[in-house]
Amino acid sequence: MPHRIEITLKDEVRDPRGERIKREIAHFLHLEVADVRTIDVYTVDAALSAEELTQVAAGPFSDPVIQNYSIDKPAATGFDYLVEVGFRPGVTDNVGRTAGEAIGYLLGRPLAAGEGVYTSVQYLVSGKLAQADAEKIATGLLCNTLIQRYQILDAATFKAQGGVAPFVPKVQVEAKVEVNTINLEVSDEELMRISRDGVLALTLDEMKIIQAHYRDPQVVEKRKSLGLGAAPTDVELEALAQTWSEHCKHKIFSADVTYDDGSGKTEKINSLFKSYIQKTTADVRAAQGDKDYCLSVFKDNAGVIKFNDDWSLVFKVETHNSPSALDPYGGALTGIVGVNRDPFGTGKGAKLIFNTDVFCFADPFYEKELPKRLLHPRRIYEGVVEGVEHGGNKSGIPTVNGSLVFDERFAGKPLVFCGTAGLMPATIKGEASHKKNIIPGDLIVMTGGRIGKDGIHGATFSSEELNENSPVSAVQIGDPITQKRMFDFLIRARDKALYRFITDNGAGGLSSSIGEMSEECGGCQLDLSKAPLKYPGLAPWEILISEAQERMSLAVPPEKIDEFMDMAKRYGVEATVLGTFTDSGIFHMLYGDKTVAYLPLSFMHAGLPPMQIPARWEKPVHEEPKLAPAADYTTDVKALLSSLNICSKESVVRRYDHEVQGGSVVKPFTGVDNDGPSDAAVVRPILDSFEGVVVGHGICPRYSDIDAYDMAANAIDEGLRNYVAVGGSLDLVAGLDNFCWCDPVLSERTPDGPYKMAQLVRANKALYDYCTVFSMPLISGKDSMKNDFYDGTTKISIPPTLLFSVIGKMEDARLAVTMDVKRAGDQVYLLGATANELGASEYLAQKGFVGNNVPKVDAQAALATYRAYGAALKAGLVASCHDLSDGGLAVAAAESAFAGGFGIELDLAQVPFKGDAAEKSDIVLLFSESASRLLVTVRAEKVAEFEKAMAGTACAKIGAVTAEPTLKVKGLAGNVVVNAGNAELKAAWQEPLKDL
Amino acid sequence: MTKAKALVITGNGTNCETEAAHACKLGGFDEARIAHIAELLTGEVTLDDYHFLNLTGGFLDGDDLGSAKAQANRLRYATVEGKQERLVEQITRFIADGKLILGVCNGFQLLVKMGMLPALGGNYLNQTATLTYNEGGRFQDRWCYLKVDAASPSLYTRGIEGGVYLPVRHGEGKFLVDDAKTLEMIEAKHLSCLKYSDKNYTAATMEFPENPNGSVNAIAGICDETGRIMGLMPHPEAFVHRTQHPRWTREELPEEGEGLIFFKNAAQYVKENF
Repeated sequence: MPHRIEITLKDEVRDPRGERIKREIAHFLHLEVADVRTIDVYTVDAALSAEELTQVAAGPFSDPVIQNYSIDKPAATGFDYLVEVGFRPGVTDNVGRTAGEAIGYLLGRPLAAGEGVYTSVQYLVSGKLAQADAEKIATGLLCNTLIQRYQILDAATFKAQGGVAPFVPKVQVEAKVEVNTINLEVSDEELMRISRDGVLALTLDEMKIIQAHYRDPQVVEKRKSLGLGAAPTDVELEALAQTWSEHCKHKIFSADVTYDDGSGKTEKINSLFKSYIQKTTADVRAAQGDKDYCLSVFKDNAGVIKFNDDWSLVFKVETHNSPSALDPYGGALTGIVGVNRDPFGTGKGAKLIFNTDVFCFADPFYEKELPKRLLHPRRIYEGVVEGVEHGGNKSGIPTVNGSLVFDERFAGKPLVFCGTAGLMPATIKGEASHKKNIIPGDLIVMTGGRIGKDGIHGATFSSEELNENSPVSAVQIGDPITQKRMFDFLIRARDKALYRFITDNGAGGLSSSIGEMSEECGGCQLDLSKAPLKYPGLAPWEILISEAQERMSLAVPPEKIDEFMDMAKRYGVEATVLGTFTDSGIFHMLYGDKTVAYLPLSFMHAGLPPMQIPARWEKPVHEEPKLAPAADYTTDVKALLSSLNICSKESVVRRYDHEVQGGSVVKPFTGVDNDGPSDAAVVRPILDSFEGVVVGHGICPRYSDIDAYDMAANAIDEGLRNYVAVGGSLDLVAGLDNFCWCDPVLSERTPDGPYKMAQLVRANKALYDYCTVFSMPLISGKDSMKNDFYDGTTKISIPPTLLFSVIGKMEDARLAVTMDVKRAGDQVYLLGATANELGASEYLAQKGFVGNNVPKVDAQAALATYRAYGAALKAGLVASCHDLSDGGLAVAAAESAFAGGFGIELDLAQVPFKGDAAEKSDIVLLFSESASRLLVTVRAEKVAEFEKAMAGTACAKIGAVTAEPTLKVKGLAGNVVVNAGNAELKAAWQEPLKDL
Repeated sequence: MTKAKALVITGNGTNCETEAAHACKLGGFDEARIAHIAELLTGEVTLDDYHFLNLTGGFLDGDDLGSAKAQANRLRYATVEGKQERLVEQITRFIADGKLILGVCNGFQLLVKMGMLPALGGNYLNQTATLTYNEGGRFQDRWCYLKVDAASPSLYTRGIEGGVYLPVRHGEGKFLVDDAKTLEMIEAKHLSCLKYSDKNYTAATMEFPENPNGSVNAIAGICDETGRIMGLMPHPEAFVHRTQHPRWTREELPEEGEGLIFFKNAAQYVKENF
C-alpha cells in the first residue's frame, strides 16, 4: 500500500513559496486571497515498515528545525480550498528520484524494481473564494495540465473524506513489444494520412521515395532472406521520419531556391547552407591562410576553434522553442541541459565553461485575448526564466551573457536560445581531442538516464507548427543532476581515453545518434531490448526515437569496455552496451534476436532530393512618420528607458549564477552600484592564466519588418560591436548563427511563403557579405523554421530572427573595459557616424510607426572603427565604452552615466553625421539606431593619444563626464534638449521588470 | 615541515571544486586534491591523509529534498568499501584529530544539516540550525558586505579588519535556528563570525539586498567553538584576484582578492599545528 508522507512548515516559519503564489494569484488572476501555505507530499510506493517510514520522514524528507512530518495522516488545516498538484504518469520527477535514492542509502538497499517515490505539492488557500475561483487558480497558475494533474478539495469535503487519498502516478502500459508493419501500397491520400496520424512530418514526395525503396526488387529479396516482409516496419518508418525531419535534416537550408530579387532578376541557389554559411567560413579560412584558427566546423555537435596551443574552445547555441511554448519550465530546462550536451559531445568531450541565453517573449503584461492553447506570455516568461535558472545553476555552469527581447508576435511562439561553451585540451594522450573516429567492432554504449515515452516525436513535432493537437509526449523535463553525474564520470573517462567517440542523444534519440555514428564506420547492429527503460511496455520504435534526456552515446573499444563499465558503476552512472558498430552499410536494429529494422545507410542518409522552394522579394513600404521637432526630449528618453526591450533585466539576471567556476571578469552588471548593463562577458576559463574568452551577441528581429538583410547585418554588427567594446580581439573571433523563422515554404496555409523565403535568402546573403569582411568564420549554428501558431483561424508568425553570437579571445583579460563612466572630467567620444536611420527603431515603435530607413551597416567603416578602437583599448587609453543599439545615443549615454554615477554633457552638433544634411535633426541624432557606433570615455590626459589611435575613422569628441550626476544634451540649436538626473533615469530604466 | 594538504570533495552536484582547489593552492597549501565522492566511498581517497576539508558550493542532488539534505543522508549512512566504517565516522575522526573543515554555500548547508555546525557543546551530529529559502523566494547572485566578529574563535577570519566583500549565490541561504537558546549561545560564544552589513561594516542589517536572504541576526557564516570548522553562504574562493571584483575596472584594488585570507589562514594553521 502506498504511504503519504506530508511535510509542513512549522507555524512560526514563513513560507516564501506560498507568499509568491499569493502574489501571483493577485497579479495574474486578479483574485485576492488571504493566505497561501504549502505542503510537500511524498507518496512512497515501496514496502517499508512503520519504523522505516518514520526514519525516512524524520531524516532525509524533513528538516527538524523548520518542518514537521505526518505519515498517512492529513496535515492540512485552516484553509478554504486545497489544491494538490502532482505529475502525470511518466513525467520526470527529479525530487521523487532523489527521495527514492535517499531511502536506499538509509535502508542500505536500493528500492526494488517497480517501487518508487512520487512528489506533489499541496497549496492551502484561504480566502473568500468560489469553487470556480479555485479551479482558476489550479489551472491558470498552479498546474500545467499537460504534464501535471491536480485535485481540488474544499475544507468540508477534505474533512468528510479524510484528506487526499494516495495516488501513485505510475506508468501502466500493457507490455506490447510487438512490431507492426505499415502497408505503403496505398493511395496518395492514404500515404499522407499515415504521415499525419503518426506525427511523422513526412511530405508526400518523401513518402513516395520510401514507397519506391520498398518496391525495389533487390530490397525485397534481401528483406525476405532476413524474415522481413516487403512493407516497412514501424521501427524503420519512424527512424526515417526522424532522420529526414526538418529538425535533423535542415531541408529548408538545403533546398534548391529560386530567388526573385523583386527587380525581375532571378537566381538559382542550391542550398543556402552551402552557398552562404559554409562558404563564408571556407572563404574566411582561405583568406586567413596559416592564421586559420578553426579546428572543427559544421561537422560535430558544436564548433571548435583554437584558444591557445594547449586548449581549444567549443561553442554551440540551440533553440528549444516548441517545447517551451507547451511547458515553459520543462521546455527551457531541457533546452539548457540539452545544449550542454553539445559541447560535451564534441570531439572527445569538453568541460563546460559558460552558458548564454536569449529569450524572445511577448509582453508579460499582455492584456488582450489570446487563442486557446497559448499560454499567457507572463507564464511563459516565468517558466522559461525558472527552467533556465535551474538548468544552468544546478549544472554549475555560469550564465554570463544573454538578453530578453519583446515583440507581440512572440505570443505565437516564444524563442528560447540557449548556448554553451566548453574548453578541451588540444590533445589527449597525443591525439587531437577535437577529432574522433569509430572502428568497426567498437561497442555501442549508452550512458546516463533511462528511456521512457518522454520526448517521443520531439524532432518531428518541432518540424510542424504548433496546433491544438500538439502531442503531450513531446515535452520532457531535464534532470541536471543525472547529467552532471554523467559528465563528472565521462570527463574522467575521456582523460583515460576509455572511449573513441562520443555524441549526444538529442532530437531523434538513439535513431539520430546511432544513425550518425554509423556513418563514421559504415554500419551498426543494435539490440533495442537491451536499452534500460524507465518502465516496461515500450515498443521497439519508441525505444529507438525517445528523446528522454541526459543520455550520451559512445563508441568504446572492446579492450576498454571493462574499465569503462567499472568506472561508470563507481560513479553511479548507468552505462549499457547496446550493440556493435560494423561496416555492413546497414542500420540494423534487433529486438532480442529478431530484426526489426534493416535500413541501408546510403538510403537513410542520402535518399532525399532537395526541396524546391520559391522566393520572391518585395520590399515592404511602411508609412513614413513626420516627426515634429520638440523643445525637449527628456520624456522620450525616459519612456525609451522604460520600454521592455531596453529596461533593466536585473531581476532575471541575478537569478542566474554568473560567477561559478571563478573565472568571471566582466559580469552582466557593472558600475558604481553593480547595476549597469554590460555589453559582453569576459571569462578566464583557466584560473592561473589571464587569457580571456569574450562572448557577446546581436539580435534585432524588428528590423525584419523592413528588410531581413539589414536585420541580419545589424545582428552581426551588434554581436561583434559588443564583443569588441569590452576588449575582444579581431584576430581570434568566430560567429554562430541561429535562425528562427516562420515557415517560409509556400503552401495553402502559408501563401506568403515566397516572401518569407526571400527574407531568409537575404539574411543569408548578409551573413556572407559581412562575416567575410569582418574575417569572422561561422563555426556552428542552428535553424528552427516553423515558428508559427495556427489553430485554424488565427495565425501568428514570429518576426524572422537571427541571433548572432560572437565568441573569441582577449590575450590579457586585465585590459577589459566596462560600460560605466569612470570619473568626472573624462572626455566623451562617439565612434562611428550617425545617419537618418530611425526605421524600425525603438523610438518609432514607441510612436506607433515602423518607418523605412532601417540602419545600414558599412562593413569597411565598422571594421576600421573596431580595429582602431581595439588598438586604443590595448594601449590602455579607454576608460569606458558602451555600444549604441536600441534607443540610440540617448539611451547609451543615460546608461553609461547612471552606471558610473557621474553625469554626461553632450553636444549634438559635434556628432559625426552621414547623409543629407537636411535630414540631420535632434531626433535623429538622439534616437537613430545607426550601426557600428560606440560611446567611449577617455581620461583627459590620454585624449591626444586616443585621437591619434582613432585617426582616419568617424570619431568625434561630443562631450564630457561631469561631477553633477545629470544627463544634459545640447541640441543642434544650442538649447538643452535632454536634462535629467541619473536617479530618475535609472528609476525609469529599472522600474518595468523589477518585480518579476 | 609537514606538507599542508587540502581536499576538495566533488560529485553529485558539487560545482565549485576547481576554484576552491585553486584558492587552496594560492593560500599556501602544498597540495589541493579534488576527489570525487566515489573515490571516498571506494576507499581510494581517505580523509585521514588530509588536513583541510573543503565542502564547497553546488547543488548536491539538485537540492531536491531541501539544500544538501540528500548528501547529509548519504554521508551519514554510506559505508566505505572494504572498511568497516561509515563515511561519517571518517569525518568525526577528522574533527577529533584537530583538523579543519570549511563549508561554503552548499557545503555550509551540508555541515548545518549534518549537525556539524554550530555543534554546540561539541555535539557534531545533532542538527540545531538550518538554511532555508531566501525570504524573497528567489535565487540571488550578488555581492555582499560581511562584517567580521573580531572576537570569534574562527581561525579563518583572523586578521580581517572590519569585514570582507564577497559574492553570494544561493536560493536557500536564510539561516534559522531551532530555538532562542541556540541563537543566544551562538551569539554569546561569538560563533556568528560573519554578518551581512552595510558597506562600511558598521552594523549588521536585515535590509534587502544588503542582507540577501533574511537570515536571523543577519548571520552569513558561523563556526564551531574550536574555530576550526566554519561554514558560510558567501564564496571566499570566488574572490582571490582583483579581476573577480564587480568594480575592478573602476576601483584601485590590490592584486589579491579579499577571500584569499580564509585559505591563507587555514594553510598557516595547518603548517603551525601539524
